[in-house]
Amino acid sequence: MTTMRTSLLNHRGAGRWIWPLLALLAALPPLLGAFGLEFYVGVATRVLIFAIAASSLNLILGFGGLVSFGHAAFVGLGAYTVGILMDAGISAAWIAWPAAMLVAGLAAGLIGAISLRTRGVYFIMITLAFAQMFYYLAVSLKAYGGEDGLPLPARSALAGLNLRDDASFYWLVLLLFAAVILGLQRLLNSPFGWLLQGAKENETRIAAVGGRVFAVQWQAFVLAGAIAGLAGALLANLNGLVTPHLMHWSQSGQLMVMVIIGGAGALWGGTLGAAVLLLLEELLAGYTLHWQLALGLVLLAVVLFAPRGLAGLVFKRGAKTHG
Amino acid sequence: MAESRQALLRVQHLVKRFGALAATDDASFEVARGEVHALIGPNGAGKTTLIHQISGALAPDAGHILFDGQDLTRQPMARRVQAGLVRSYQITSIFKRFSVLDNLALALQARRPGRPSWWRSALRDEAIFAQAEALLARIGLASQADRVAGSLAHGEQRQLEVGLALAAQPRLLLLDEPMAGMGPDESERMVALLHSLKAEGLTLLLVEHDMDAVFRLADRISTLVFGRVIASDTPQAIREHPEVRKAYLGEDEELEAAL
Repeated sequence: MTTMRTSLLNHRGAGRWIWPLLALLAALPPLLGAFGLEFYVGVATRVLIFAIAASSLNLILGFGGLVSFGHAAFVGLGAYTVGILMDAGISAAWIAWPAAMLVAGLAAGLIGAISLRTRGVYFIMITLAFAQMFYYLAVSLKAYGGEDGLPLPARSALAGLNLRDDASFYWLVLLLFAAVILGLQRLLNSPFGWLLQGAKENETRIAAVGGRVFAVQWQAFVLAGAIAGLAGALLANLNGLVTPHLMHWSQSGQLMVMVIIGGAGALWGGTLGAAVLLLLEELLAGYTLHWQLALGLVLLAVVLFAPRGLAGLVFKRGAKTHG
Repeated sequence: MAESRQALLRVQHLVKRFGALAATDDASFEVARGEVHALIGPNGAGKTTLIHQISGALAPDAGHILFDGQDLTRQPMARRVQAGLVRSYQITSIFKRFSVLDNLALALQARRPGRPSWWRSALRDEAIFAQAEALLARIGLASQADRVAGSLAHGEQRQLEVGLALAAQPRLLLLDEPMAGMGPDESERMVALLHSLKAEGLTLLLVEHDMDAVFRLADRISTLVFGRVIASDTPQAIREHPEVRKAYLGEDEELEAAL
């Protein structure tokens, strides 16, 4: 039996738009190159990396209702893992990148186990406090550059690919981005994802019918941390530098802003938010030092007129309110 | 006699103190398999505190809660639900933004033992949705499947509340004031729903202020006063019980009249 069932809990991908969209994104480096705009390959890579990080935050913030104000810590831990391993002579991506995810995931496991026992403002404050702890830990690591950070002598090495080539690196990031979005979609539409979304809507009820709310939220928190760690590993490679600033609370705030502008609880929310925020920054920073003022106005407009974010404007959905 | 009066739930010498106040003070009663057991008592008698301890939302200071011979006194709520001891809430606790059908499907998912899958599509789980649709018919909301739960009328939301508890496949359903805030028509429909559950053989523990409904539905009634169960008997015997009458005297004329 084929069903045309729909549900607010079920998140569609881009449908038939996915292939043209991916083709366009894949064609970006040669297209930009043809116009002499190679510089923007780096910008596009940055957008995709932040889209991965913001989407991972959206998993717990948007879909899980867990307002974590320390997500940049996981990005930073992933970046430092790559930097420190490279410093120790290990530059293979297939070791360093999974290691970055593992380290960030372990940290998320620890932070989650403690902070998920609190709710609301306390949860926000505890996640922020943990992130700041990691920030100051990085500042104190004199062996790895302390406040100035740790320069990477090269990009990670991956057999068969020359990651020093910006276009190749971009394509690899695009591939990982697509895998993360598809994986998150699959997860959100699974029974696990439904329980996570259900617990956001009514935690007591999920528990009252036998759902293990803590286990579900903790696992989502760990996964989000690991994915953010991957984003950090990629960011370290893009920047060629790892600094404590990656973990600063303002970076966590920026990820939150991306999720809110893009659409908390929308599959493409993190991606749209990262794209709009970073492209706006790129565009406006050329004209004025006060580009953040314009950004503030955009954020205000989204909160006032599009409470479900840009994704809410792009994708219309919803169930009937009348019989 | 012993066969038919076999207890499914045994509450033994339960004590819960809040500071100097013993909200539950050596409370004991039994709910037999297949019966509708009502828990009544004047305001402040400790009904809600007792319900919270039975469902696992509060831990008692002393005493035991035995369900089907298993000691659940210290077990978390999820374990009690798996054992078949499920509650509904006095204040409607549904998933307001989701459709009525999704509410039930989600509750059925949550009830499943073991690790929830990270990969299978929940929406294409025909077994869950078939169960959800059957449940929808059982609670009389089949025509409202696609409505957003938050937009239902109050009485319908209460029906859904019972449906969500039923989704957990209870062997004993703890109903905390299912008729709260209902008009006469809505109450009538809820009584009919509870009657049908009783006919299915489901054991019900009912906390309710609507004495008319209590006396229509209950096989046995326990009366709670100052945290103690002062009487546990048939409706007829409770009606005539001198201590019960004394407890309600001057408390509430409507209740007195019902007694």
